[in-house]
Amino acid sequence: MNAADTSFILICAALVMFMTPGLALFYAGMARNKNVLGTIMQSFVMLGLVSIIWAVIGYTLAFGDDIGGIIGGMNFFALDGVGIDTLNSPADNLPHLLFMIFQGMFAVITPALITGAFAERMKFKALLIFSSLWIIFVYAPMCHWVWGGGWMGERGALDFAGGAVVHMSSGAAALAACLVIGKRKGYGKRSFIPHNLPMTLLGAGILWFGWFGFNAGSALAANGIAANAFVTTHLGAAAGLLGWLLAESLHGGKATTLGAASGAVAGLVAITPAAGFVTPMAAILIGFGGGIICYGGILLKSILKYDDSLDVVGIHGLGGTWGAIATGLFASIGAEGLFYGNPAQLWIQLESVVCTWGYCFVMSWILLKAVDAVCGLRVSEEAESIGLDVAEHSEAGYQF
Amino acid sequence: MKKIEAIVRPFKVDDVKEAIAALGLKGMTVTEVKGFGRQGGHKEVYRGAEYQVDFIAKTKIEIVVEAERVPEVLEAVRNSALTGKVGDGKIFVTSVDEVVRIRTGETGLDAI
Repeated sequence: MNAADTSFILICAALVMFMTPGLALFYAGMARNKNVLGTIMQSFVMLGLVSIIWAVIGYTLAFGDDIGGIIGGMNFFALDGVGIDTLNSPADNLPHLLFMIFQGMFAVITPALITGAFAERMKFKALLIFSSLWIIFVYAPMCHWVWGGGWMGERGALDFAGGAVVHMSSGAAALAACLVIGKRKGYGKRSFIPHNLPMTLLGAGILWFGWFGFNAGSALAANGIAANAFVTTHLGAAAGLLGWLLAESLHGGKATTLGAASGAVAGLVAITPAAGFVTPMAAILIGFGGGIICYGGILLKSILKYDDSLDVVGIHGLGGTWGAIATGLFASIGAEGLFYGNPAQLWIQLESVVCTWGYCFVMSWILLKAVDAVCGLRVSEEAESIGLDVAEHSEAGYQF
Repeated sequence: MKKIEAIVRPFKVDDVKEAIAALGLKGMTVTEVKGFGRQGGHKEVYRGAEYQVDFIAKTKIEIVVEAERVPEVLEAVRNSALTGKVGDGKIFVTSVDEVVRIRTGETGLDAI
């Protein structure tokens, strides 16, 4: 066990935890005022729900003894054998419990990311059932494939902090969700204007801050790789912000604050899989590309006519995909990408992109259909008009 | 007695208030309102999607004065609310049958 590493990862786990309420604010500001609490709740509840599922069964499915490269065994069920020392810990410098909870914070935010796709129209009960199943049947296997000794990691796919596990998986699930659940009432006819952009900017700031724990902590040690990941994360976000604003200014004429917040998040998403593998200058290119690509991504929904309320597909799906591919291009630290003489890496990355999208989309689709059959995914038309705050929670965010 | 109702740009309210105070008039009612006239609304852009916002924020100022003072009040309001651009607002004049001061029970011009 290493005290410096332990203290660093304890703090990183706390930073990643803070991302979920940050995401709640980021999303809630973009919703309408009658859905502010409902939208916050869809993220915030994951801190309760997913934390428990992760401790009981999610962690063992992700990091238990490998079964055929597909899933972890039940040897860590209910944290059996996960203790205060390093015994059986996948990171032999950290207490096993610390590794478990650091990974648990990633598990918490991932289904929260998906909620942006169906914001303002999903039943709370359906959300809880879907998210529980999703953690068990989609997130845990993905996590095992990439980080838990499963086939994707064994084939050499690079995913430093969750480009596939967190962002592509949530993006693919988001696409399935907005197709299954359908458009919001009045979508395309009425305006869906964000009710509080300062709230969104605050949320984006918290996400940026927490992301240092997400990416630098993924080094799993207080070392140079963590320092590199911290710097690439910051520069990726900075370049993403500028890339989005450039694209937006050229396309729409003005640079917006929502664009700045979205671009920073796009840059953060894009650099996530690459954070520990690329140089700071490559991070600027990846982040800048992420800002521009994700700006294009959010325009897709008006072309393809689906209602991804808060652009999870455009930002997390496409940003994560670009980041995974860019890792195969720019990797130079601990692995080599195409530009460093290793085209095979790019091929492996592309393979991981296709498999992640395919598996997560199909499984999410099946789970959504199943939940819909059991209790219905969508609130009634009347509840949607009233807003989720009153209809689902009997509360109002604002008393005028 | 006449009621002068002026719909003006919100940032012009202080100018109008000072112009009216300079005439020695005491009292006005101000309301935040939304609406549109020939100016129409404006466009807002969120993540590349354009939305037409029809109703624009304006401020409604109401003043009741004796009929003879209407022309000078109209002039003062118009001059102080003027920018010369579309969307400066409108002024309406209507007749008022009676005014009662709640505290004293005075009526008519005494109550203004």
